[in-house]
Amino acid sequence: MAVPRYWREIPARYNLIGNKCTVCGNIYFPPRAICPICRRKSFGKMVDYKLKGTGVVESYTIIHVPPPHFEGEEPYIMALIKLDEGPYITAQIVDCDEKDVHIGMRVKATFRRIMDDGEKGAIYYGYKFIKE
Amino acid sequence: MRDVAVIGIGMTKFGELWERSFRELVAEAGIEAIIDAGIEGKDIDAMYIGGMSSGGFVQQEHVAPLAIEVAGLEDFHIPSTRVEGACASGGMAVHQGYIAVASGIHDIVLVGGAEKMTDVVGTEATNVLASAADREWEAFFGMTFPGLYALMARYHMHKYGTTPEQLASVAVKNHYNGSMNPKAQFNRRISIEDVLASPMVADPLHLLDCSPITDGAAAAILAPVEIAKKYTDKIVKIIASTQASDTISLHSRKRFDALPAAIHAAKNAYKQAGIEPKDIDLAEVHDCFTIAEIMAIEDLGFFERGKGGKATEEGLTSLNGEIPINTSGGLKSKGHPVGATGVAQINEIVSQLRGEAKERQVKDAEIGLTHNVGGSGGTAVVHILEVV
Repeated sequence: MAVPRYWREIPARYNLIGNKCTVCGNIYFPPRAICPICRRKSFGKMVDYKLKGTGVVESYTIIHVPPPHFEGEEPYIMALIKLDEGPYITAQIVDCDEKDVHIGMRVKATFRRIMDDGEKGAIYYGYKFIKE
Repeated sequence: MRDVAVIGIGMTKFGELWERSFRELVAEAGIEAIIDAGIEGKDIDAMYIGGMSSGGFVQQEHVAPLAIEVAGLEDFHIPSTRVEGACASGGMAVHQGYIAVASGIHDIVLVGGAEKMTDVVGTEATNVLASAADREWEAFFGMTFPGLYALMARYHMHKYGTTPEQLASVAVKNHYNGSMNPKAQFNRRISIEDVLASPMVADPLHLLDCSPITDGAAAAILAPVEIAKKYTDKIVKIIASTQASDTISLHSRKRFDALPAAIHAAKNAYKQAGIEPKDIDLAEVHDCFTIAEIMAIEDLGFFERGKGGKATEEGLTSLNGEIPINTSGGLKSKGHPVGATGVAQINEIVSQLRGEAKERQVKDAEIGLTHNVGGSGGTAVVHILEVV
């Protein structure tokens, strides 16, 4: 992956910084350029918003056939999480037995290594979730 | 707006066709459709070719003129356009062709779709397909395509009590139908136990809940009904052609137990055709995963929300059921060369409406529907066809 493409998303991926529409007050993650409710009225009026990183599992799966960068890590849990501020997020759940994960489980964000570009390549970091 | 008819269909055998190239597949499907229509290549005014990622799979972009070249039509210099919408690319090509003919811009249009997926190894194919999801906010974190549908499956199971056996019954039915389709990738019949015993891909989806990696191409010839009468007595008219969109990422949608884009496309299609779901005699739906067919038959209004699994288990969608779904074998058994799928669905409905589907013929079929989805639901295309 080219470095600028990774670097641009660092604030959101490291610190869960989404954004907020100052017109209607809705909060978004990942950050959006335009609020889908206020549209043109929101353009230029979206401000950074730090999410607490806590939420609840709405659905989950256990990945047994991973994409190339995740080979060797399977099986791992991926979940659809509803953050307490409203937005939904797709993330891995770690430090949790696959038999324990369930819909309705409270989780919180943690900073982890996501993947790398091989031994000599960059290492990519970001959020994963653990049991609250 | 002019009425539009499908006057010719063609498709290659679907499967792991290691000995055949992307170009050969495109040529074969196109020629078959041209011969079926009774036209000549020089009669074609424009082409629309659906393809998800020829770049990712065979490192070849710019495939619209390539299709012209393999067809030997370069001397006519007709416009040829590639259409991309992930797994809905084929349906979108048909929709674009429909718009071109209905508007009066073009008369005879070839619409096609092709994908050659086995020239890369399995993990790379998974990676290319993952680009139909949100690369930065889903795939980056380790999410896969089966994983996204697994999230919807688990959600549907939790909310409505849909069971793994009900999911499996979709695959069993589609393999049964596919066993009678000589062009299908798999002609093998399977049981509920086979599905549940197959390895997990993304829990709760087993290997046999997933459509395969496939090579194949399909084509169709569209013409205004007035011109179609010159070529055939059995006119299959497109009475609705709609396309709808949604967010590319699943997590940004308003709901996870349905595909809102498909609901929207279906609603507009019924309105355009002036009919209701109960008027449909059979449908080809986008069963990329078993849960996708269950959501599809609910999104299309054939069954109440949450009842799709039970309806399938009870045989209501079987070949002799209330509304036969995926008589071709669907994506599950016929195979899913992503760009070709939407056009292959049109092939099946046209052959059913003409009464040419042999062993899998649905009796007295007059109105058929196709439902083609891109990604996890970012794009949906619906067509309704009627024999007149």
